[in-house]
Amino acid sequence: MRSLVLVLAALASAGCGEVWNDPYPAAERGQNILYSAFIERPKHLDPVQSYSEDEATFNAQIYEPPLQYHYFKRPYELIPLTADSVPKPIHVDDAGNAVSADSPAIAFSIYEIHIKPGIRYQPHPAFARDSTGSFRYLNLTSEELGRIWTLADFKETATRELTADDYVYQIKRLAHPRLHSPIFGLMSEYIVGLKEFAAALREKDKEFAEAGKRDAWLDLSQIPLAGAEAVDRYTYRIKLKGSYPQFAYWLAMSFFAPVPIEVDRFYAQPGMAEKNLTLDWYPVGTGPYMLVENNPNARMVLARNPNFHGETYPSEGEASDVRSGLLADAGKPIPFVDRIVFSREKEAIPYWSKFLQGYYDASSIPSDSFDQAVRINIEGEANLTPEMEAKGIRLETSVDTSTRYMAFNWLDPVVGGSSERARKLRQAISIAVDWEEFIAIFSNGRGIAAQGPIPPGIFGYREGEAGVDTVVYDWVNGQPRRKSIDVAQKLLAEAGYPDGRDAKTGEPLVLYFDTTSRGPGEKSRLDWYRKQFTRLAIQLEVRDTDYNRFQEKVRKGTGQIFVWGWNADYPDPENFLFLFYGPQAKVKSQGENAANYSNPEYDRLFDRVKTMENGPERQLLIDQMTSILREDAPWSFGIHPKSYGLYHDWVHNLKPNQMARNGMKYRRIEPRRREEERADWNRPVVWPIVLIGAFLALGSMPAIASYRRRERAAGKAA
Amino acid sequence: MGAYILRRLLYAIPILIGVNLFTFALFFVVNTPDDMARLALGIKRVTPEAIEKWKAERGYDKPLLYNDTAEGLDKLSDTIFFAKSAKLFVFDFGPADDKRDIAHEIKTRMWPSLALAIPVFAIGLAVNITFALLVAFFRATYIDFWGVVLCVAMMSISSLFYIIGGQYLISSLWNLVPISGYQAGVDAAKFVVLPVAVGVVSGIGSGTRWYRTIFLEEVGKDYVRTARAKGLAEATVMYRHVLKNALIPILTGAVVVIPALFMGSLVMESFFGIPGLGSYTIDAIQSQDFAVVRSMVFLGSFLYIVGLLLTDISYTLVDPRVRFE
Repeated sequence: MRSLVLVLAALASAGCGEVWNDPYPAAERGQNILYSAFIERPKHLDPVQSYSEDEATFNAQIYEPPLQYHYFKRPYELIPLTADSVPKPIHVDDAGNAVSADSPAIAFSIYEIHIKPGIRYQPHPAFARDSTGSFRYLNLTSEELGRIWTLADFKETATRELTADDYVYQIKRLAHPRLHSPIFGLMSEYIVGLKEFAAALREKDKEFAEAGKRDAWLDLSQIPLAGAEAVDRYTYRIKLKGSYPQFAYWLAMSFFAPVPIEVDRFYAQPGMAEKNLTLDWYPVGTGPYMLVENNPNARMVLARNPNFHGETYPSEGEASDVRSGLLADAGKPIPFVDRIVFSREKEAIPYWSKFLQGYYDASSIPSDSFDQAVRINIEGEANLTPEMEAKGIRLETSVDTSTRYMAFNWLDPVVGGSSERARKLRQAISIAVDWEEFIAIFSNGRGIAAQGPIPPGIFGYREGEAGVDTVVYDWVNGQPRRKSIDVAQKLLAEAGYPDGRDAKTGEPLVLYFDTTSRGPGEKSRLDWYRKQFTRLAIQLEVRDTDYNRFQEKVRKGTGQIFVWGWNADYPDPENFLFLFYGPQAKVKSQGENAANYSNPEYDRLFDRVKTMENGPERQLLIDQMTSILREDAPWSFGIHPKSYGLYHDWVHNLKPNQMARNGMKYRRIEPRRREEERADWNRPVVWPIVLIGAFLALGSMPAIASYRRRERAAGKAA
Repeated sequence: MGAYILRRLLYAIPILIGVNLFTFALFFVVNTPDDMARLALGIKRVTPEAIEKWKAERGYDKPLLYNDTAEGLDKLSDTIFFAKSAKLFVFDFGPADDKRDIAHEIKTRMWPSLALAIPVFAIGLAVNITFALLVAFFRATYIDFWGVVLCVAMMSISSLFYIIGGQYLISSLWNLVPISGYQAGVDAAKFVVLPVAVGVVSGIGSGTRWYRTIFLEEVGKDYVRTARAKGLAEATVMYRHVLKNALIPILTGAVVVIPALFMGSLVMESFFGIPGLGSYTIDAIQSQDFAVVRSMVFLGSFLYIVGLLLTDISYTLVDPRVRFE
C-alpha cells in the first residue's frame, strides 16, 4: 500500500515537467519548422499529372513554373518566377506577319520566355556523374537496383543549371502516352503540333510494346514539337493557335514547370516504378523546398533546397497590407522557414485539438467547432471567441474564387429550354431558394449569396448596386434584398403553374432534385431544399444516389435540378463564363457546361470576351452576358463560399490567396515563442489518473475482503 | 497433422475463389470501370479519351466476367475478373490503381497495424478473462450483479464514444499523450497508449460477459466441486482448473482473430492517425481502388482461414481428446 501511495505521488508531481502530448520527435523542439496537416494523400506529385489543391500544397513549393502570382496584390497579378519578365504574346497571321491583339486575322500567338540564368535544381541522384563525366545512375544494373529501396539509398547526388530545354521537355510530357495530363485535351487545342506530337509518341510507344519493351524510356527530345522549342539555353518559345490570353495563367501552374530529361530517364529505368521510385513519388524541382520525406500515409516533409536561387520578400502590396504589417519583412531573403512538416489527419477532431494545443500552426474551422472559435455579431461580422483571443489566435477570412450553384438542366422538358414558360419557372425558383438563409443555417455564415457566376476578386465581378441580380433581388437601403415570395408566385403563375399546379391539367408540379446527399446528417439540408420549393407549392422529390450515378445523370443529361460547384483555375472571367458556353455542354461534348445551357447570343459574346484583355470594353460585354444569364436563369446563383483560417500569433506573413499555391516561402514563425506557448498550454494533468487509480483501489477493497472471508470460511469448513 | 493441414489449405482454394467472386460482384454492382476512372482522374477537364486510356492501362477495358469476343479459354481468362484475381493466389498483388505497389504498402503498413492490434488483443484478452473470473468468483453477489450491469452499459456505448471521449479526456483535457499520429520504433509507444486503452476498455463489456458465461458453466461442474473439496484455494480453483477447462471456447474466439490482427482496425486507425492496413483499406474503398480492395479482402479471407486452422490445431494442445481425424 505504501508503494502504491509513492507511485501515485510521483505521478501527481509529474505535471511540472515537459509536455507529454507532443506528437513530434523531441529533436524537432525549438526548430524553425512549420507544422501543417493534410487530409487526403496526394495521388500525383508529377507536375504533368497533378491538378488538385492537396497536391499543389506540396508541388507548388518544389516546382517553379516561369510565372507566379503576386502574393499581396489584388486583383491577382502575374509576376515572373524563373522568367525574367511576364511574356507578352506576339500575334501573327497565317503568313507570319505581326498583327494586333484584337485583329481577326490572328492565326498564331507566340510566347517567348526568357528564364533567369544560374537557377539550379535541388540535389538529386539523376544529376550525379562519375569520374568520366558519365551519369552515375542512368544505367543501373538489376544488381545495383536490388540494393536500392528509396531515393536516400543513392549515395551520390548532384545538381545542374535550369535550362529552357527543361521547360520544353515538360510541355512535351503533356502528351506522354503513359501519363495522364488533365490539361492535354485543352492544350492540344492550342499548342501547335501537340496533337501530332502525341500521335507520334503513341506510335513510338506501340513500337516499343510490339518489340517487347513496353516500359522502355520514351525519349521525348528525339521528336520535335512545332509549338514548343528552345531558342537558346535560357529562352524558349511556345506557339499557340489563335489568341488565348488566358494561357499566361497556365504558365503559373506546375503543368509548365521544368522537368530535366535526365530525371525522366532516371525514373524510367526498369525496376524503378516497382519500388515507387517515380517522379510521381519523388519530385525534382528548383523551388525553395524539396521533398525529403514522402510517407503519404503519415507525414510529408519539405526541407529548404540548398541550391535555391534566392528570392526576396515582396515590398509592394495593398494599403491594408502595409497597415497590418504584412510588408515588414520586405526585401528579406526567403524562405524563412527551414522545414515544413505535414502530418496526415483524416479526422477533424484530432486536427482541431492539435491546433488548439499549438501543434499545428494554422487550421481551418471544423463545422462542429465553429461556435467554439467564432462569434458572429449583429452586423454579421465574424469575430473570435474570448477563448481563441486568449490564446492569441488570429482569424483571416476571404471569399473563395469559387461558385456553388443550383443548375437547371437545359435539356429537361419542364425546367429546361428557352421557352417563356420554363424561363419564368426557373426565375421563380431562383427567387424562392433563399441562399442567404442557407448560408446562415448550414455554413455558419461562411459565404456570400452570388449575384452571378463570377466571384469577387475576379475581373468582371461588380460590387454594389451595379452587380445586383435584378431578376432575384431589389436594391434597398444600399443592400441587395431578395424579392418577396409573392413576386416568385406571380412568375410561377405566368409560367402556367398557378399555386404550384399545371393550369392545363390541374396536376401539381413535381420537380426532381438529384443529389448525393445521404444519411441523417444531410436530411436537414434536403428538408431545407424541399421547404424552399414548398413556398411556391412545388413538390420537390429528392432523388439521392451515390456519386457515380449522380455524375452519370449529369453526364447523360437525365438529371433535372442539382447543386454543383466550380473552383477557379485562374483569375479570369473566362474561367467562369465558359461554364455556360454552348460547345462546352456536358451532354453534347462532355464539357464543363453541366446545365447544358445554350444561347447563341451568349456564345457569340463569349467568343469575343474570351480573347479580350481586361478593360472597360470587356467589362461591358461581361455585364451583357451576366444579364442574359440572369434573365435565362440556367442556374440559381448560389454561394461564393468564404474561407475562415485560424493562425497562431507566432505565425507571420499570412494573407489568404486563392491563386498562389506557393505561399509557404513567405511564412515566418517564432519557434521559441511557440515552444513557450506549447509548454504552457500542455501541462500534463495527472491528478485525474491518480484519482481513478485510487477509486479503483478503494473499490476493489471490499472484493479483496470478501475473498479473504471466503477463503477463511472455506478453511474452517475444511 | 500435415495431411490435415494440407487438406484444410486445399479446401481454402474454393472458399477464396468464392470470396473473390463475391467481392468482385459487390464492387462492380456499385462501380463501373468508368466510375473508377472518373474518380481517379478527377472532376475537371476529364475527356472520354482519358477515361478509355486509364481503363486500358489498368486492364479495366476488358469484359467483367465473360469475353464473348475471345476464343476458347480466353473467353474466361481475358476478363477483368481473371486478370485481377489469378495472381492473388500466388500472393502477387500487383500495383494499385494509382500504380503504387500494393505489396510495398502492405509491408510498410503492417507494422503500425500490429503495434496497435497486438496490445489491444493481448491486454484485452487478459483483462477480460481476469474480470470475468472475478465476476464468476463472486457469482450471485452484489459484485456479480453490478459487474454485469456495468458490462451491459459498456456494451451499449458506441465505440466512437470511447474514441472521442478518450481523445478529449486523455489528450485534450489532461494532455497526457498525443491525440493522434504515429512514429516508428520505440516512439510508437506514446502514440498507441491511448488507442490501446480505448480498444481494451471498449471491449471489456462484451468480453467480460462472454467469458463470465463460459466460466459460470464450468464452475458448476463436478471437477470444480472436487477441487474445492480437496481444500484448494479459490484462486487456484479458478485459475488452474476452471480457466484451463474453459480454454476451448476461449480459443475458438481468440485464436481465429490472431492472424487477422495483421489487417488492422478500420475505425481506430483513422481516428488516431495510425498509418496501418485498416486505414489503407478505408482509403481504397473511398477512392474505389479495386486493386487494393480485392487484395485486402483476399488477404483478410486467407488470414481468417489460417486463423480457423490455428484454432483447430490449438484445440489439440489444450484438450488431448481432440484428434486430427
